[in-house]
Amino acid sequence: MVNRIVVGAHYGLKDWIIQRATAIIMAIYTVIFLAVVGAVSPNSFEAWRGIFAGGFMKFITFLFFVSLFYHAWIGVRDIWMDYAKPDGLRLVLMIATAAVLVGYAGWAVQILWRM
Amino acid sequence: MAEMAIKKKRPKNLDIMTIRLPLPGILSILHRISGAVIFLLLPVLLWLFQSSLTSPETFATFKSVVGNPLVKIVLLGLIWLYMHHFCAGIRYLLLDLHKGVDLASARLSSKIVFVVSIALTLIIGAKVLW
Ligand code: HEM
Repeated sequence: MVNRIVVGAHYGLKDWIIQRATAIIMAIYTVIFLAVVGAVSPNSFEAWRGIFAGGFMKFITFLFFVSLFYHAWIGVRDIWMDYAKPDGLRLVLMIATAAVLVGYAGWAVQILWRM
Repeated sequence: MAEMAIKKKRPKNLDIMTIRLPLPGILSILHRISGAVIFLLLPVLLWLFQSSLTSPETFATFKSVVGNPLVKIVLLGLIWLYMHHFCAGIRYLLLDLHKGVDLASARLSSKIVFVVSIALTLIIGAKVLW
């Protein structure tokens, strides 16, 4: 028998680690992004688009988006676990959250590689 | 272990009128709220990002949307929520490494989070929005 008390969300070491790893990736990207925008000061469509035209920037921007969606999945799921008590409702909210996030990931690919 | 700790009688005050949430508590609830709000606005943000990159025409739409004074205020609020989540998140990562866990440092670091995130918001807002 597993002898533990139910204390709400925040179970699972794997998710805990992934939430931190994605947080670090997003934090680093945020610094790079602000530095690039600060250095380039894009004030035209071409200059703004130019920032995301290079392979490296595309790659790390995509990495940022994937981290964001995975991070948001864990974070928002924790929030549902704390406030959405009826099992059915909680399940529906979690499935809806996962579904939109997977959709956003596809959308992000399309934005970055079709621009 | 955990069971014993929870069964122990501890003083409780749930009178909503006399509870004063300390700064690290405000930081914490704002961290949750900011994460949730950004999550809810993701489709709008992705749409803005897409419009800004797709073509000169969609870029013009993007410019006019972002040029609206009301939208600017909302975006400034969002930038603040992001910067708060970012700075408070880094503070949590340091706390996870057992850095600054005593009461005095925890209070000081939450003050720093508020000051730095508001300063960054104002700088970014001044540079890109106005
Ligand atoms: C630089 C970027 C970011 C950093 C450093 C960061 C950091 C963190 C950390 C450390 C946690 C765990 C806090 C805890 O367990 O108490 C967390 C939770 C969370 N994050 Fe982020 N995050 C970032 C960006 C985002 C973004 C853009 C979103 C928007 C979807 C987001 C949504 C959330 C949510 C919903 C939670 C759960 C909050 C809770 O359980 O109270 N994060 N973040």
